[in-house]
Amino acid sequence: MPDLAHKKKPIIQCRNVTKTYVVGDHEVHALRGVDIDFYAGEMTAIMGPSGSGKSTLMNLIGALDTPTSGSLLINGEELSALSSDQLADIRNETIGFVFQQFNLLGRASALTNVKLPLRYSRKHITDIHDRAEECLKMVGLGERMDHKPMQLSGGQQQRVAIARALACSPAVILADEPTGALDTKTSIEIMELLVNLGKQGITVILVTHEQDVADYAHRQLRFRDGQLVSDERRSS
Amino acid sequence: MKIKVAFQSALESLITNPLRSFLTMLGIMIGVASVMAMMAISEGAAQQVDAQISALGANNLTIRPGADRRGGRSSGAASATPFTDKIVERLKQESFAVAVSATNRGSVTVVSGQQNWQTSLYGVNTDYFITQAWQTTEGRLFDEGEEKSGRAYAVIGQTIADTLFEGTNPIGQRIRVNNVPLEVIGILEKKGQSNFGGDRDDIILIPISTARNRILGADPTTGKHVSTMEVSVTDNYDMALVQSQIEDILRDLRRISPGDADDFRVFNIADFIRARSSTQATFGILLAFTAAVSLIVGGVGVMNIMLVSVTERTREIGLRMALGARKADILGQFLIEAIALCFLGGLIGSVLGIGAAKLAANLGDFPVNVSMSIALIALGASVAVGLFFGYFPARRAAKLNPIEALRHD
Repeated sequence: MPDLAHKKKPIIQCRNVTKTYVVGDHEVHALRGVDIDFYAGEMTAIMGPSGSGKSTLMNLIGALDTPTSGSLLINGEELSALSSDQLADIRNETIGFVFQQFNLLGRASALTNVKLPLRYSRKHITDIHDRAEECLKMVGLGERMDHKPMQLSGGQQQRVAIARALACSPAVILADEPTGALDTKTSIEIMELLVNLGKQGITVILVTHEQDVADYAHRQLRFRDGQLVSDERRSS
Repeated sequence: MKIKVAFQSALESLITNPLRSFLTMLGIMIGVASVMAMMAISEGAAQQVDAQISALGANNLTIRPGADRRGGRSSGAASATPFTDKIVERLKQESFAVAVSATNRGSVTVVSGQQNWQTSLYGVNTDYFITQAWQTTEGRLFDEGEEKSGRAYAVIGQTIADTLFEGTNPIGQRIRVNNVPLEVIGILEKKGQSNFGGDRDDIILIPISTARNRILGADPTTGKHVSTMEVSVTDNYDMALVQSQIEDILRDLRRISPGDADDFRVFNIADFIRARSSTQATFGILLAFTAAVSLIVGGVGVMNIMLVSVTERTREIGLRMALGARKADILGQFLIEAIALCFLGGLIGSVLGIGAAKLAANLGDFPVNVSMSIALIALGASVAVGLFFGYFPARRAAKLNPIEALRHD
């Protein structure tokens, strides 16, 4: 990866982002002023102990939530100014989610699972079926499109989830502990798949607490107590 | 909301969970089935009543001797003096009278060959055929001359023909009624069951003079007695007015002093049937209401299971939101699930209800009437129930916070 990647215009821009939850009668400061830029094609790992604020940051970047204060721009759009419908559209068009537990619809085929985000798209996608097939082929599951999640291994299920994340051609893929439920060998396959997506220009952001998973990333961010404590780029 | 996607998601979810779908629609199914069955049965009963009224002749007044005992009054009860041919002839002169029948009825044993049968024998004048709208399928009715001269003729009902003659032609054959031989000259057309449960075809009609002279016997006090009269009233006459006119004529003829009670009764059988049918209608409405309550209970059942389903599928809802579903998309999906379940339940329920009504009709031998409009109303009602009871769970699903929903297990 060229060193100059971070000099480009950032795809996600966090400026003094805070997030405060009210639990009962006291406030929990999950994020206390975070400034980060994420650049296109740069694979970034977010690390930190639980309660450090990394999940909160992921939720904000994923447009699942809005910051309490500060500015968060995704693809040039200010998140805190958006309605819930507009946030849904951002999630659909710009973000692809990959979860630790895959979160596939258990009774639907791999193909139907991949079609899901395409159906919710406001863009007029003429052939949902073809696009879903294309995505499954990209992750190497062209032969198992009609299988249901139960008939697939954990690694294959996570590939279906990645195909689903790719369906609407997102700029960003958010992977929350993508290998957390997989064995070592399968983990390596999944990480290589994600690295490949990064090479195609997709910004892959992953949350993990495993160092060897984080080592696949070009950049490692560490959080503690709602603040960014280190930001390291791997020298290639 | 993307309607097509909502439909797609809803139907996929229903098909992939057949047991849950079936259990959810069970209540609606039973509700609609009972509405349909009840409506079909009560409509059928109403139709039967209409048919009976028209068969009886809505314009007929029946006159019987004996006091009106309503209200516990029994003055004049002793005088159950029958009417006479004279009274019948007098009433025939009135302009309101199309026909005035005279009837003497008795219970007799009829014998033909080795067969014998207990039945009702009616000694009648020829006007009886008009007031009762009797016609023959075979042979003929007796005429006025034959009636007056007391010929030993009999016109028999279909039941008698079937029982005594079993396939052979009864016309011209002899039967013996209380040991009096009679010649069968006609067979009456079939009328079926009466409103009061009797078989209207289990009947023998003979000239009233023959009945008086040879079979039922004459009343020693009055001679040519008549126990029941029936007056067919010309169309467009006010029945109540005619009734009071007849009462006046009879009081005069029977010399009842002013202030004394009538020793006869004039009544309209159609009124009795109408009164009875209005009771039936009330009963039918009550049943339909009960059934409607079960439809609402079914709706509450849908709501309950949908609420459970929303909780159970919280993660799925969170996922759909993460993938870009708007609140309205989620609302639409669950609403359509509820409506589709209720519609399908209503459809299956309609079929079951109609089937149940038809089955009951076969077993219980009463008519049912399945009308398309009731089926449509029942379907419409189940869709409305789905919309109403589906909204709350659907709104709850749409209001879920995606982050919490995704974390739910």
